[in-house]
Amino acid sequence: MKITVAGAKKEVADGLTVAELIEQENIETPQYVTVSVNEEFIDAGSFDTHQLSEGDEVEFLYFMGGGR
Amino acid sequence: MRITIRQSDFEKILAYALSERPNEACGLIAGREAEDGSRSIEKVYLLTNTDHTNEHFSIDPKAQLAAVKDMRAEGLSPLGNWHSHPETPSRPSEEDKRLANDSKATYLILSLEKADAPVLNAFHIEGEQDNRTVRKEELIITEE
Repeated sequence: MKITVAGAKKEVADGLTVAELIEQENIETPQYVTVSVNEEFIDAGSFDTHQLSEGDEVEFLYFMGGGR
Repeated sequence: MRITIRQSDFEKILAYALSERPNEACGLIAGREAEDGSRSIEKVYLLTNTDHTNEHFSIDPKAQLAAVKDMRAEGLSPLGNWHSHPETPSRPSEEDKRLANDSKATYLILSLEKADAPVLNAFHIEGEQDNRTVRKEELIITEE
């Protein structure tokens, strides 16, 4: 199936989960990443079970913060 | 790595950061990356510091997602973030380093320590969370 990951169209296996996509994309420090699918945030506890669908648009967002 | 920002975008960041004092101000930067790794900032985003303090900043993921969506629509890529240091120099603090989890990002820090002489620097931060390596990048402010 075709999905869009961080703005790039990709062919991935049917039924791919968010967790599998994180591994496939070599996302660094995934524990600090928020994932959105079609502009909906996915709970980190659901990464292993949330299956992606044809046409999904996925973004990986790193927590942005800091201090003086 | 070389990164450019337009004078007008620098002034947008500066005006917003000054208006947010005494709190830290923050936002995102978007643009393009050339094959040689040099980057050009094409758009800056002025976002809300959800911490509302002069000691920390956090960007709301919803605002971050909306900005990223806007970047995609304009054919731009997320390049990193910017934030102000109202009272301290333009260098990553220990907290900045600890929370710099995206090694592909450019981190801009605007110091307002001397309000009449603001300093903007760009940094690349990578490595393990307790042992970060910080590299100052070549930041060039262009006319337009």
